[in-house]
Amino acid sequence: MGALLEVEDLTVWLATRRGPRMAVDGLSFQVGSGEIFGIAGESGSGKTMTAMALLGLLPHAARTSGKAVFEGRDLLSMSARQLRAVRGRRIAMVSQDPSTSLHPMLSIETQLTEHMRHHLGLGRSEARGRAVELLATVRIPDPEQALGAHAAQFSGGMRQRIAIAVALACEPRLLLADEPTTALDVTVQAGILRLLHRLRAERELAVVVITHDLGVLSAVADRICVMYGGRTAEVGPRENVLTRPRHPYTRGLLDALPHPEGGAAALRPIPGSPPSLGEVPEGCPFHPRCGYAVPDCRTERPAPVLVEPGHASACPPDPLGGIA
Amino acid sequence: MSALLEASGVSVDYHRRGAPALRAVDGADLSLARGEILGLVGESGCGKSTLGRAVVGLLPAAGRIRFDGHPIVPLGRRRRAPGMRGLQMVFQDPYASLNPRRWVGDQVGDGYLLGGASRREALRRAGELLERVGLPADAARRYPHEFSGGQRQRIAIARTLAAEPSCIVADEPISALDASAQASVANLLVDLVRELDMGMVFISHDLSVVRQIADRTAVMYLGRVVEAGPTQELWSSPAHPYTRALISAVPRADGAGVLPVELPGDVPDPARPPSGCRFHPRCPLARPECSRDDPPLVVLRDGRSAACVLQNAGEPARPLADSTTHIGKDAT
Ligand SMILES: Nc1ncnc2c1ncn2[C@@H]1O[C@H](COP(=O)(O)OP(=O)(O)OP(=O)(O)O)[C@@H](O)[C@H]1O
Ligand SMILES: Nc1ncnc2c1ncn2[C@@H]1O[C@H](COP(=O)(O)OP(=O)(O)O)[C@@H](O)[C@H]1O
Ligand code: SF4
Ligand code: SF4
Ligand SMILES: [Mg+2]
Ligand SMILES: [Mg+2]
Repeated sequence: MGALLEVEDLTVWLATRRGPRMAVDGLSFQVGSGEIFGIAGESGSGKTMTAMALLGLLPHAARTSGKAVFEGRDLLSMSARQLRAVRGRRIAMVSQDPSTSLHPMLSIETQLTEHMRHHLGLGRSEARGRAVELLATVRIPDPEQALGAHAAQFSGGMRQRIAIAVALACEPRLLLADEPTTALDVTVQAGILRLLHRLRAERELAVVVITHDLGVLSAVADRICVMYGGRTAEVGPRENVLTRPRHPYTRGLLDALPHPEGGAAALRPIPGSPPSLGEVPEGCPFHPRCGYAVPDCRTERPAPVLVEPGHASACPPDPLGGIA
Repeated sequence: MSALLEASGVSVDYHRRGAPALRAVDGADLSLARGEILGLVGESGCGKSTLGRAVVGLLPAAGRIRFDGHPIVPLGRRRRAPGMRGLQMVFQDPYASLNPRRWVGDQVGDGYLLGGASRREALRRAGELLERVGLPADAARRYPHEFSGGQRQRIAIARTLAAEPSCIVADEPISALDASAQASVANLLVDLVRELDMGMVFISHDLSVVRQIADRTAVMYLGRVVEAGPTQELWSSPAHPYTRALISAVPRADGAGVLPVELPGDVPDPARPPSGCRFHPRCPLARPECSRDDPPLVVLRDGRSAACVLQNAGEPARPLADSTTHIGKDAT
């Protein structure tokens, strides 16, 4: 069976004062129907630009190359008009700050029903009925009353639930969620993660969850892609990537987390910091920070290769390969 | 052991135009010893920052706050009593507190200039502090925008150290940083506390970091401290149902695919706190009397305290009964 979304060799150049600079560099991944696919990495690794490229929402004067085939059609070669028809209808987006995806002045009802009426051609009362159902799906108490309210009247967690309801209004096949819980309390985050998990099961919704928080991906993702400097460092099933990482960068991210059992041991940061736009080093982008680097790492650009079935890592020396 | 920083029954009101005053902190207790790190956790809006600012004297507060044996008199940001220099605050967003057009070294060295040092001397000592917080020596002659978020937080910490504080209240000092930068800034703060024998209140919504670095943890809910105690004990056997709810909501990066436990409902509006125990509308263990009786924070055994009817003063913390009510329909 073909994947719902197949991204191949996606490259994104952003316009800067010093000319175009690469923010995403030859990224490839697939997302299956009903799959939760996680993209992780430090800030600036290109996660958001990847999502924006798929939605055709890149900043002004950005350019892309490669392919992103969704339901058989390449999103990157669509016209603005074709993209608008896909966006919101087949692919929807939820961002970190629900106040940016919800309009402050419009009622929740208007925001929920607008797309349904426009894209699905539903009448007013039909759309309203579905809006109530959607709010109930995302567990908003008293959905009827919520329809008449405005975004500001809800807490952050409720707003994010409503933003998800708006995103689901036209029954998209794919939801792009960029840091959907980063601004929320853990107690509220837990509810949103459960919601995403349930929607995928009930609706066969595919979800791309973008986050720097490996704990979040550990809870919901089926597969995880770890990005560094705009490229794939490692990609594979959740359990393999988190319990048997093969890329030193993934290992570093995991080691930097507080130990699950607590204890007085110092935290172990990755030395140095991630490269800024246009300053990604030659060879393996991670080499200046990598404790396993060998001379080749400075010159040879590594590509992800399979290290186990379904699990690829872009680290030819594979120093973690022998470690159980 | 006498406390370095001690707060009891602290209340803070925000006065709002056209609305009754909002009591953001309502009778909170806190105590911190020298060389100790106290983690302060709780959901957004429960009053952590407000309490933090009150104990360093940046907000007027009712109740008793003592630092190094002296009462804290809130004088506002600009006119702090000289003795208060030993008590400093570090904020979440270091960029907002740094001047983009001045050399980093000059900003760090301001404290020394005030103390009568020459600009050259101030710059030299600022350079030493910047090296101490892990920045290159030439950082002093650069501007804030030339640094990453983690480095800027180090600059803000260096500036705080110039006042030679014996106590730091750090409000979400690593929340805006990546995991790796979080780890290195957290390590730096821990090292400084140990090395300089300071005390630190570490305010954070990231429970796992607090678990790793805090000697003791205080949990706030809706303007009060509802549980406090040695971090490891509080984690392994929470005495307050809210503490347990917070802990179970933290996802672990262990690859196991376990969904964290949800705590339904929101923190209520502090302008209209629930009757009785403020946590009762969300508490999975609530009893009928909980909507009527407001449990005070009582001292249990082993340095622990809790504000819950399920715990008794002077006794060891009782383990909480299982509650499956909140493993909602979403569980796999
Ligand atoms: N300047 C202000 N005026 C009025 N109300 C305020 C003000 N600052 C905070 N509050 C209110 O006081 C309560 C406590 O806020 P506070 O900022 O102390 O919470 P917090 O625990 O630090 O939350 P967070 O985790 O979001 O930082 C909240 O209800 C908040 O809305
Ligand atoms: N509008 C923009 N103009 C120029 N550069 C940008 C813009 N947005 C992001 N960038 C840069 O592109 C790179 C990738 O950014 P992004 O995809 O947002 O990373 P992430 O989401 O992984 O944190 C970063 O170096 C970032 O600074
Ligand atoms: S390729 Fe070399 S530098 Fe890159 S992660 Fe592997 S060992 Fe480290
Ligand atoms: S006093 Fe009652 S409602 Fe409050 S935390 Fe204890 S059991 Fe729950
Ligand atoms: Mg981003
Ligand atoms: Mg705060």
